[in-house]
Amino acid sequence: MARTRRGPAPGSQRKRDEQAYTDLARDPDFAELKRRYRRFAVPATIAFLVWYVTYVVCNNWARGFMDTRVVGHVNVALVFGLLQFLSTFVIAYLYSRHASRELDPLATKLGARYEKETGR
Amino acid sequence: MTPLLAPLAASDNRGLTIALFLAVVAVTLGITFWASRQNKTAADYYAGGRSFTGFQNGLAIGGDYMSAASFLGISGSIALYGYDGFLYSIGFLVAWLVALLLVAELLRNSGRYTMADQLAFRMRQVPVRTAAASSTIVVSIFYLLAQMVGAGSLVGLLLGVSSPGVKNLVIIAVGILMIVYVTLGGMKGTTWVQIVKAVLLIIGTLLITILVLAQFHFNLSELLGAAAEKSGKGEAFLQPGQLYGKDLVGKFDFLSLGLALVLGTAGLPHILIRFYTTPTAQTARKSVLWAIGLIGGFYLMTLVLGFGAAALVDTSKTSPIATSSGNAASPLLAQAVGGGEGTLGGAILLALISAVAFATILAVVAGLTLTSASSVAHDIYASVIKKGKASEKSEMIVVRVAAFGIGAVAIALAIPAQRLNIAFLVALAFAVAASANLPALLFNLFWRRFNTAGATASIYGGLIAAVVLVIFSPVGSGTATSLFPDANFAWFPLRNPGLVSIPIGFLCGILGTLLSKDTSSQERYDELEVRSLTGAGAEKAVAH
Repeated sequence: MARTRRGPAPGSQRKRDEQAYTDLARDPDFAELKRRYRRFAVPATIAFLVWYVTYVVCNNWARGFMDTRVVGHVNVALVFGLLQFLSTFVIAYLYSRHASRELDPLATKLGARYEKETGR
Repeated sequence: MTPLLAPLAASDNRGLTIALFLAVVAVTLGITFWASRQNKTAADYYAGGRSFTGFQNGLAIGGDYMSAASFLGISGSIALYGYDGFLYSIGFLVAWLVALLLVAELLRNSGRYTMADQLAFRMRQVPVRTAAASSTIVVSIFYLLAQMVGAGSLVGLLLGVSSPGVKNLVIIAVGILMIVYVTLGGMKGTTWVQIVKAVLLIIGTLLITILVLAQFHFNLSELLGAAAEKSGKGEAFLQPGQLYGKDLVGKFDFLSLGLALVLGTAGLPHILIRFYTTPTAQTARKSVLWAIGLIGGFYLMTLVLGFGAAALVDTSKTSPIATSSGNAASPLLAQAVGGGEGTLGGAILLALISAVAFATILAVVAGLTLTSASSVAHDIYASVIKKGKASEKSEMIVVRVAAFGIGAVAIALAIPAQRLNIAFLVALAFAVAASANLPALLFNLFWRRFNTAGATASIYGGLIAAVVLVIFSPVGSGTATSLFPDANFAWFPLRNPGLVSIPIGFLCGILGTLLSKDTSSQERYDELEVRSLTGAGAEKAVAH
């Protein structure tokens, strides 16, 4: 059963937990984990938000472009919309690959260090 | 939602539809009773023992998220307005990247049962939990009311009855069912109801999609061409502008809607608490990946359904599809591709899709009721009133009483709300989630300086801005479909407040933080950061 956060844990245990978190926060491995997480999450978030807002803006203010036929009855507007689906799937896949290769091993290592220090 | 709905089902297949409805009720109640015997601890009740796999929780997220509004509403909107009907689903899908990249795993590691747990991690408990519980309850009740009013109309439509008495009975029945699911089944029962619903929804939609595409030789362009021709609008039906952005105000309104959709999902409390049902952050991530795949695939199928209905079923001004604001499109399309009215195949498919829609309503209302009841019991009762000294046993009694109370309030509000146009309730729920909850969640995770004053300022600021702007918009007054049609106090031109209220929420969070000298919240920031990224000390699954 996990520790309940309701009310402080018995004094010494709580102190050990706090010390463990402080140690981990200063660990170079943690700085590296944070860097790797942000290196992906920040640019990817900016990219998909800009890409999505561009799509919304084009629906409003670039109608001539959106109405252009691509093939048969399929126009730019529909292709642009379907590309939003595609980009969402691709970014989700890339993030999961990044996370399992770059983040999970470090997080597991740090988690084990926490368990060792706190005794659980 | 129009008050007058043409009856859909002919009397010969009403029996079949009712039988399938009863089957859905029987299966979901069976699951609930099974789950009720497994609920031993608070973690079981609130978070399903944190024992769901990524795939199971991914299905449940889909079941929670794909409401009747998106199943019947989006395809109906495409059937009536063509391309513009598709736009909602894109915002709904892209929004999941915010949840995946910025929220899901970090929340799983640092929270416990409710959204407020995460926010109160390093803040003063009472003010922050009160604020977070307020916005949780407001968002969930708005969303719940929209679903329940929709349920009255939809079930009336699907069963072929339009009398107000029957709709009231349906609302009461749905309300009682959701109280039973939530009080007995808790998160475990609710999750399994959502999983069953998601599977039914995907199978049902896939079947109709294949049958529609088969009629057009699996050629999308041919389907689009037929839809454009039958709609009477020609190529314009396939282009932007039939529904949104007709004038300058309309264009900004659409931009505002788009922002609320993409930023709101990751702040919806009933979605956030789904991340707690998995054993680790990695499973939470996997569940969001499954959800993105399922929800994306589902929205692509609604595109086929919508254009299929435009091409194959009557969508003229007096047709049942037009008079039901599009809600009848999917069921009638199912009937058409099954062989048409009066055929056995048509009757079976119509009844099947109606039952899927009914299961959808039940799963979504159960999730919303559980979310609000959890917040009342865990945040308000245990933390604010009892200051963290309530026993787990008493908390488990309070959460059930709260579920009962919320169900009763929702029934009482939904019955008079039927005469209103309820579409704004969902838009408002997303706007509040994006303006109040998302800024607080993101600042808490990524800004060390963020403090109690900032958290309460962003929640109340975003919440009040969104609600006030909607009241003083054309949704509130000045038009025939407004809340107050006879008055006119609408000085805010946009029906969707997000464009203004989201920046207000973020700004309030920044100002509240900087204007307060409180730095105590920084003491536990290291702990929050380490825990959210590594999972060290995070809540573990319950071992049975």
